[in-house]
Amino acid sequence: MANTNEGTYSTHARSDFEKDIFVLKQLVTKDFKIKYRRSFLGVAWSVLNPLLMMVVMSVVFSTLLGSNIEHFPLYLILGNITYSLMSDSTSKAVTSILEAAPLLKKVKIDRFVFPVQKVLFALVNFAFSLIAVAFVMLWFRVVPTWHLIWLPVCLGLLMVFCIGIGLILSAATVFFRDVIHLWSVVLTAWNYLTPVFWDFQMLLDRGAPAWTIGIVKMNPMYGFVTFMRDIVLWQQNPSLEILALCAVWSVVMLAIGIFVFRKTEHKFILYI
Amino acid sequence: MATPTGIYRQYNEPASAGEYAIEVDDVTMIFNMASEQLNNLKEYFIKLMRHELFFSEFRALKNISFKVQRGDVVGLVGTNGSGKSTMLKIIAGVLEPSEGTCTVRGNIAPLIELGAGFDMELTARENIYLNGSLLGYRREFIDEKFDEIVDFAELREFVDMPLKNYSSGMVARIAFAIATITEPDILIVDETLSVGDVFFQQKCEDRIKHFIESGDVTVLFVSHSIEQVERICRRAVWIEKGDLRMDGLVEEVCQAYRNQFS
Repeated sequence: MANTNEGTYSTHARSDFEKDIFVLKQLVTKDFKIKYRRSFLGVAWSVLNPLLMMVVMSVVFSTLLGSNIEHFPLYLILGNITYSLMSDSTSKAVTSILEAAPLLKKVKIDRFVFPVQKVLFALVNFAFSLIAVAFVMLWFRVVPTWHLIWLPVCLGLLMVFCIGIGLILSAATVFFRDVIHLWSVVLTAWNYLTPVFWDFQMLLDRGAPAWTIGIVKMNPMYGFVTFMRDIVLWQQNPSLEILALCAVWSVVMLAIGIFVFRKTEHKFILYI
Repeated sequence: MATPTGIYRQYNEPASAGEYAIEVDDVTMIFNMASEQLNNLKEYFIKLMRHELFFSEFRALKNISFKVQRGDVVGLVGTNGSGKSTMLKIIAGVLEPSEGTCTVRGNIAPLIELGAGFDMELTARENIYLNGSLLGYRREFIDEKFDEIVDFAELREFVDMPLKNYSSGMVARIAFAIATITEPDILIVDETLSVGDVFFQQKCEDRIKHFIESGDVTVLFVSHSIEQVERICRRAVWIEKGDLRMDGLVEEVCQAYRNQFS
């Protein structure tokens, strides 16, 4: 029994931060276990899924759009998994606070852990899809270069970006359930606006209007997708322009996210 | 909607001499009683245009103040809907007070809602870690106490079975065992003594009594059974319709509480 002071301190987390980290680990583990429980192939699906998507899209688009891109399937899978990381994490984060209602009504817990949990879980899935990328690289005999050291930077910025969006959306959904439907539309439109299966060069070649090019270039996901392809496929450092695009968007989104969440989180309990 | 401006503070260190374990200072809790809830953008804008966006307030607690010393055993009494549970939830940190300040010193074992975060798909083992993390335990501590938790719940042979195959009594046993595996600084009990079968209930009561007798644990106890409150507590606080009616020795308060019915 914890009668002494030292005893008391070793039983409970010393700070909210320590508690949040442990809670996050447990919640992400839970998500993971539940996702793969009683599925025959289990985790293998996280590897197979992007591979199958890549095969289908390669068949459909290679003659149409990707004829001038070397290793087009690798181009596709990199774009796809990067975009999916964003769309998976944010679409789960949208309802994260609502779904945590039973918990929020019962225990004292920092509310931001729920959107963050969904983003981290998407990152775990992303890690498995990197195995798929490795297979594809092996198939095309693309040898990874030292440029891969940029990968943590790219993922770190993307995480920050997604957490920012997740905070905004999860808070907004508490008050307006419309956000759930709205966001799925946004994600679809955003997918087309991002060069996932088409090539940015194509826009320039075919003389797209300047405003179209401007919009695409401002698109944060264009930045992240290009970043990813630069370091894995083209094996070069990301340009300063891309780096700045990703960094600025991440910081801005996180700042807005924290602001919105802080402003509204005290009222959550009355609406969920 | 009134934004909560109340303050909730919880310190990890237990109250030292001269400090109170729980300080409730002028706490008011306001709920929004708007006849319909607006979860929809369209409705919201229509109401906004028509200037119909008023909210009717419901004050569940009105300017409540009381202090509890470390090791004190306090009963909260009051009829249904008088605000007892709201008070407990504020002290446990689940609800934020709309006005006023609530200060709590030491870790809390809230036996208000047992088994928060339990997932029926996961096994008991996995749920013990999940629930433990939510209660603020550290991983090493759960590792160390794991066997003790399982033994107390008497569910050793089912520990790797998904919780959905458990009976509700078995789930409650696990939940109680996790929440009380360590002696807390502050124990909040909301009629959860009715957990599981008679034998397990006895076991739970014994454990709570053990905490009370140690003299170090501050206990807040809510029950409809006035006899139970009289048996366990030394002091009682009577809340009625959100107002603090009386605060004093348990005999006096319970006597006054009974007299209102006669």
